[in-house]
Order: sequence, then C-alpha cells, then structure tokens
Amino acid sequence: MSDPVPLLNVQIDGVWHQFPKGTRVIEACAQAGKFVPRYCYHPKLSSPGNCRMCLIEMGMPRMGPDRKPELGPDGKPVINWMPRPQISCAQDVAEGMGVRTDSPLVQDCRHGVMEFLLINHPLDCPICDQAGECELQEFSVQYGTGGSRFREEKVKKPKHVHLGPRVTLDDERCILCSRCIRFMKEVAHDDVLGFASRGSHSYLTAHPGRVLDSNYSLNTVDICPVGALTSSDFRFKMRVWFLKETKSICTSCATGCNTLIGSRQNVLYRQTPRENDDVNSAWMCDYGRLNFHFVNSTDRLIEPQIRQLSNPETTSWTAAVSRAAEDLKRFQPTEIAVIASGRMTNEELWFAKKLVDSVKTPNYDIVSRTGPADDLLLNSIRNPNTKGAQLLGLCSDQPGAKLQQIADGVSQGHIKAVVALQEDLTAAGFKAADLERLGALIVMDILPNETTKRATALLPSASFAEKRGSMINVKGRLQRLNRAIQSPGNAREDWEILRDLIQQLTGANGVYLIEDVFKQMAENVPQFQGLSLSKIGDLGVQLEGAVSAAPVTVSA
Amino acid sequence: MAAIVRTPHPRERRMVFKNVDREGWTIDIDCYLKDGGYEELKKALKMQPQEIVSEVKASGVRGRGGAGFPTGAKWGFIRPGETKPIYLICNADEAEPGTFKDRYIIHQDPHQLLEGMIISCYAVNARLAYIYIRGEFPVGAKILERAIQEAKEHGFIGKNILGTGFDLEIYVHRGAGAYICGEETGLIESIEGKRPYPRIKPPYFPAALGLYMSPTIVNNVETLCDVKHIVKMGGAEFAKIGRPNNTGTRILCVSGDVQKPGYYELEVGGVTMGELIYDICGGLRPGRKLKAVIPGGSSAKVLRADERYKIKTKQPDGSTTEEEIGIDDIRMDFDSLAAVGSMAGSGGVIVMDDTRDMVWALNNINQFYGHESCGQCTPCREGSLWMQKITTRLLDGGGADGDPDTLKTVADNIAGRTICAFGEACAWPTQSFVAKFRDEFQAYASKNGNATSKPQDKHQG
Repeated sequence: MSDPVPLLNVQIDGVWHQFPKGTRVIEACAQAGKFVPRYCYHPKLSSPGNCRMCLIEMGMPRMGPDRKPELGPDGKPVINWMPRPQISCAQDVAEGMGVRTDSPLVQDCRHGVMEFLLINHPLDCPICDQAGECELQEFSVQYGTGGSRFREEKVKKPKHVHLGPRVTLDDERCILCSRCIRFMKEVAHDDVLGFASRGSHSYLTAHPGRVLDSNYSLNTVDICPVGALTSSDFRFKMRVWFLKETKSICTSCATGCNTLIGSRQNVLYRQTPRENDDVNSAWMCDYGRLNFHFVNSTDRLIEPQIRQLSNPETTSWTAAVSRAAEDLKRFQPTEIAVIASGRMTNEELWFAKKLVDSVKTPNYDIVSRTGPADDLLLNSIRNPNTKGAQLLGLCSDQPGAKLQQIADGVSQGHIKAVVALQEDLTAAGFKAADLERLGALIVMDILPNETTKRATALLPSASFAEKRGSMINVKGRLQRLNRAIQSPGNAREDWEILRDLIQQLTGANGVYLIEDVFKQMAENVPQFQGLSLSKIGDLGVQLEGAVSAAPVTVSA
Repeated sequence: MAAIVRTPHPRERRMVFKNVDREGWTIDIDCYLKDGGYEELKKALKMQPQEIVSEVKASGVRGRGGAGFPTGAKWGFIRPGETKPIYLICNADEAEPGTFKDRYIIHQDPHQLLEGMIISCYAVNARLAYIYIRGEFPVGAKILERAIQEAKEHGFIGKNILGTGFDLEIYVHRGAGAYICGEETGLIESIEGKRPYPRIKPPYFPAALGLYMSPTIVNNVETLCDVKHIVKMGGAEFAKIGRPNNTGTRILCVSGDVQKPGYYELEVGGVTMGELIYDICGGLRPGRKLKAVIPGGSSAKVLRADERYKIKTKQPDGSTTEEEIGIDDIRMDFDSLAAVGSMAGSGGVIVMDDTRDMVWALNNINQFYGHESCGQCTPCREGSLWMQKITTRLLDGGGADGDPDTLKTVADNIAGRTICAFGEACAWPTQSFVAKFRDEFQAYASKNGNATSKPQDKHQG
C-alpha cells in the first residue's frame, strides 16, 4: 500500500478546511459547499483554462523573515492575496492556500464572462434542445446580469452542421470551451475535432475530409455545456424538463455502463451515461446509447397467445401459462430443452433455473452473443449478464456450448418441447422447420420473430426499461436495472411469468415482490450473501469470486 | 541585399545596429568576419557556460521583446543538472504595431543574431534552437537560412563547433501570419505544429515545461544580439551603459507625426521623450502641437501631451524624492515609462499630433486586436471584437450615450482575466484612450444618428 495522501489546510471563504494533496482547487471549493461555475473544466479531461468562468481570488501564506508563515490573531496563516484573479480549474490546493469564491472581484469576473459569452450567442433557447439543462442558462440566472449592453451585429457562423452521422452542430451556440475536442482526443483517441478561424470568428469543425463518426461521438453532446452539439437522434423530440430520469444500466454489452433513461409518458427518448468510475467513467458508446428504439416499437408483443393447429389466438395470461405448463408436463425430462438468455436479469435467471430444475431436463444453456470489442467500453460479449447466467447455473464457463447439441436434438426429434426465453432460436442455430415440428414451443419475448411466430404459447414480456432487477457485468460487478416505463398492453415482467409457470408445474407457492426474489437468491447463492436489491445501490457492488467467462461464438 | 546608407543620428549609440545601413556592409559571412565577427563566439566557447550566464546577469539586460524581463534571471530558471533537452528559441515574430527593429537586424546583420544565439545556446546548454520568424518576413527567413548555411560551412553551427565538442543546430521556423505567435507559449505551440493557443501559466512556464514539455528559453532578436556585446565587453561594462536597472542600448522605433520617423539606437534612458521627438526625430510638422504618444508599441497605454506625472526617484541614501514632470521630461527607459503608467514595451514610439482623432486612432488599434485575438479564452475573444465594433460604430455616427462607459468596462473585464498578456495588450489602449480623451469619445457618443451599422434591439445580445 502507498503512503496515505497528506491533508493540506486550505481557507475557503474564510473557513479552514482540509483536502488531500492533489485536489483541484475547483473540486475543493465544491467539496466545501462553494460551487465554482465552470464551462471548459471537466473532471475527466485536461484543463485548458479557456472559459475563465472559474476565476477566483487566490492567495498563499505571507512569509515572515524566518521564512515561516506569519500567523494572524486566530493562529492561522495570514494570506497574501494575489492582485489578479486566478482560474481554479488548473491548480491543486497547497498548504495554507486561501480562496475567495464570492468576493466582489470574483462576482465582477463572472458578470464579465457571462456577458462576453452571451453577446454573440443566438439566444434561441425556445428552440434549443439544451434549454433546461444548459449551463449558459443556469449560470446566467445565478451569476449573470439581467440585461445586455450589446448593440452590435452578432458574429454569424455555420448552423445545422452534420458533424457526423449522429451529432449536429450549431456553431453560433458554441462557447468554444473545447470539451468535445479534448474528449475526442484524450478519451476516444480520435482527434477529429478542432477550431478553425480565430478570435470571435473561431468555430468548431471536423478536420477536412473527416467526420465525427466515432462510436463515442455522442459523449460530446453530453459534455457540451450549451446547445452547440445535439444528438441527431434526440433533437427536437422532447423538451428535457418533461423527461423523467431513471437510473439504470446499459444492456447492450457486458460492460454494463451506468445510464440515465429519459422517458415521458411511457415513451423512451434517450439514454445518457451516468458517472461510475468503477465501470464507465462518465461515458458510454453510441451503439449502446441508441439501442433502445425497439422498446418503443409498435410491433411489441402485447397479448399472450396460444396456438391451436396453425392459428395463433389471443388469450388470458392464466390460459396461456396453463397451456404452457400442460404442454411441458406431456414430455419426459430429456425431451425438454430450456434456452435462456444472457440478457435476462439475475432474478429472471433464478426462475429460469428453477424451471429447468422442476422439469428436470439436462438440456439447457444460454445463447452466446459476441461482437468486435474496442479498448474503451464496448465489450466483445454483447450479453449484459453472462456472468449472472454462469453464477446461477444456466450455462457453463462456455456459454452456448450445449446449444448445437440441443439444436441437433430438435432436428433429430429427441427433443420435443423447447422453452425459449428472450431468444430467437432461429438466430441461434435452430432451423425454423424444426421448430414447426416441436410438440411445444413456449416463447417469452418482446418483439415478433421467427421463433415467436411458431410458439405454441407466446408470453409477451418486458424490455430492459420496463423492469427492475440485477445483472453482473464482465468484471463481476452486481448492478441494478430500474423501471423507467410501464410495459405496453398486457406484457408482463419476465420473472412473474416464469414464477406463474413454475407454480403451474409444481404447485409451489411463489413470491410476489422482486425484493423477495433477490432475498431467495441471497440465501442460496454465496456471492449474494448479505445483499439485497436496495443494498446494490446506484453504483453497484463488486462481487467476490465471480465466475470468469470465455464466450463461445454462435454461428447463426 | 544592398542596403541604403544612412548616417546615424549623433546622439545614437550604435551597438546592435552598428551594421545597419552601414556603408559597404553586406550580409555575407565574409563581410561579418572581416569586421571581427564570431570573435565573441570564440571567446565565449573558452568560458564556462555558467560564467556567461553570470555575465548576462551582471549586465542587467532586460528583454527587448516587450515585457522587459531580466534575461539573466530567465536563463537562471533552467535547473542545473537538467536531464531533459533544453531548447532556445529566438522570437523573431516582431508584430507589435509600431515596432520595426528586429527585421533590420535579420535583413542586414543576420550573423550578429546567429552569433548571439550560438553563445546563448552554449550558455544555457541548448543543443537545438529555433528562429521563429513571422510569416510576413519571407525575405528575412531566406536570409537567415542562408546565413545558417554559411555559419555551418565555417564550423560555427553543427557538430563539434570550433573543436570544442559543443553541438548545435539552428532551424528557421516560419509563422503563418498571426500576432499571437509572438506570445512565447503560443509560439511554442506553433512550433509543435498546433494552433498557437497560449498555454496557462502555471503550470506551463517555458523554462520548465516549454517546447515538447522541455525547458525552453525564448528571447527576442535584439536581446540575443545584446548577449554578443555582453560577452565582448563583460557584463559589468555593459551595465554602465544606460541607467541602473535599465542597462544597455535600445532601438526605439519612432513612427507617426514627427519629421524624421525611423529607428534610433539609444542608451536606455539616455534621452527623454522631448529629446527623442524634438532633437532626434526633428520635431513635429510645422504648426502642429503634440497631442499624445504611445511609447512602447500599440498595446502600451497612451500618454497625453498635457498630463503631469509624479515621479518618485530613489536616492543613493535610500530616501525617495518626488518630482512632477511633463511628457517631454519622461526618460525613455523601462522604469520611468512604468512609473508614468505606461511601458517601454517593444520600443515602438507612436507620436500623434493635434490633427489626430483619438476615436479613430483607438478604432485603428482595436481593429488590429479584434483581428488578432486567437479566440482561445472568453474575455479577449469576445471583448476585443466588441470594443472594435463600438469604436467603429462611434465613427460611423451611431454612438450611444453609454458607449464610453461600456468601452471602459469591457476593457476592464478583459485585463488581468485572460490566459496570456494579449488581454492587457488589447484592453490597455481602450482603457487609456477613454480615460484620457473621454471628451472626444463622449462627443461621438452624443452625436446619435446617421449610423451605418444599425444598432439592434437592446433586448438582444
């Protein structure tokens, strides 16, 4: 272990505090409850000190002839204040440092910077997507002055520029803070953005012949403090103040980036990254971020169905679940297969395993799902909860290893009943014609596909945004999903459907709260011992001894 | 290049400009060698580097680029035993309006600059040096390239210089036409191939984290030439030229409303403003009265001809005496010009007589700074253009009552709040012009009407 970081004494607005060595002045002020406004500063990026919004007064202890700090009547060092204001974003605290965050000089500096930032700004807040979460608006209210003295023509700059396939730029709104440039260079390692021209005519642009097409491009929209960079997917769709923000995680790969889901009236509008230094810092990839539109699809499965001969018919949940249970009871254990999914939550997988155990089949696995990885966040394992499936016994260290054998069993007619949970079997090595011949095909899913078409019992379930539950990411971190919206129609949460099916099969009493499902797991799974859904918290919990995974690629 | 022969004014002390406009002088190395060129280099290479640094410290020479920082102290920031490579950069981006001295050294005496640079590199242990020359000096760049080639052929640059084991390469790096490249950290960024956005200080002081994040010394052309003369005569002797804390000679570039504008190499503080204008530059044109002087390049605060200044002078016994002087009695040195609230700056003295419109003059300066702001930090980027727009509007007849106050406060909101000194450079003219010639600004502000640039609704912006 390294030596403990020494604590330094710093006076902020007359009160002495202690901060670990290495703390940025701007962060120290915030920790002391003295927030210093800033535009260019971002804790995850380098500090260019260009916006000048974080100017403060700073001083160091006055040294006596003995080269020791002179002490005042309070026994504390007397501070020699620098005549000029200093930026607080690029310096670390020092022993005996003094800071004034709200002096007349500091207020004057902020008035000045706010005025400068607004003189050439279009002030088109009514049609700007950033309105409501715009730091120009917020700091104007808090630190600016009401009126303007600017009587001149504003500088004209490029508008609705397609910087890349997913990002739209309005250069007139840009305050030239360079956060996006630094993000692309320092985090995304794709140094594609820069400023052109100079002075007040400076504008943001992509390098000639290049476009902002990185898989991380939308993070620039998140960190843009104003409405200059907007998401081409989200812009003009919804005023942000109407959005309900739900803390959740991204389910598009095994990294499990922490997210905020923005929804209104049961419609998903956007996903944005939520800071978690143990998982995704403050970022997420565009692929994961935009992989939610299927939730809003009008094709969603909304009614349980059973199939008589070749005609599917809508029915009640009771009838559908009963039909599924009765179908399963007709077969021997070895004639049944259960295909679960690495997209399922731990709670769902827990019930899926109970289902496997209650029908006593040896034929079960999950579908492996992989893709190219990058060196930032995107993991090659595209299932969000492979670790959970391994831990809860739905698959081996090699997820999907048994799939081909099961598919062959279906082809050869040994396996006569299949339960498909959130997976389209035709994309996992099963032939559609084989599925037609099955005695029972019980399918739980959210959108129609070649498997749902052939289901004898179709059980419409909930998308990631419509349910609570937990998942374990590739590094063994247990994290929570939260419900942002209600499921459409009569679709139900997956764990409830499975519980009812098991009840029908075994007659056992079920549980009725998802908290109790987790409690059951915590009593039975050593890695979950002592945990509860609420104890997972917003940032998740690192599990001890979580299983390691080597994915098996499915040739679909 | 055939130089025009001009005889220096009798009050000049030609040292750095000894060969400028000199009869029979050419830029060839043979001409330079015949005149005793590179003898100081030979002398310097026999000294210990630290001895040269000591001589430069003893000379008291202050930077000739504009800030007037003591050169020896700057060199002293290089840590002994430094393990990173050390770079020396000659700042030949002479771009401050009213300043035209470095170009004559480059055009007419390039080997003097090279000799000064080689000595300086030896003193600070730099093995690689750059001459950053502004894009507007294409001929100067070619002359320097040729001079470097000649010096290499004579063994003054390259490997094992004059058998001493000291290696040095000098490269000419041409700018692309931006004033901000004269700011030393912007210049460093430019050499690194980036936009010349000045760096924040702390932490990026060039002596510690300069070119390629290595210790770097950036000196002006004239300063580096002075080093040659310091080695020649010794620091103590150099310090006797001029006045205490204001040693050596300076090339003053006088422009504007005088009979004989031009460059004059004078002992620092050797003349007063009045002597400079009336004795050396031939006075004003007939019938004109002095109105104002910008004493150190366009960014220096303007001095009004009828102002009275209280000057405190430290006496040898430690006491201070105070005297009141007029503009004619201001000594042309660093400390005196600072004491009257302006600066010696880059040595560009701009003289304005009573035919000059101060609003027009300020607008001219504002156009320069509005055009040259690099745009990196908010106050300068937005403020410099705003000030220009106001003064242009005033001239166009669209003045508004509050304009003088707006000008002042906009300038106040820039100075001291920016990344680099450009903030002061663009704010000081407005601050001083409006404060000292407020009546002229107020007259334009009160005109109202006939505006060619249409003021927008006051609720906008």
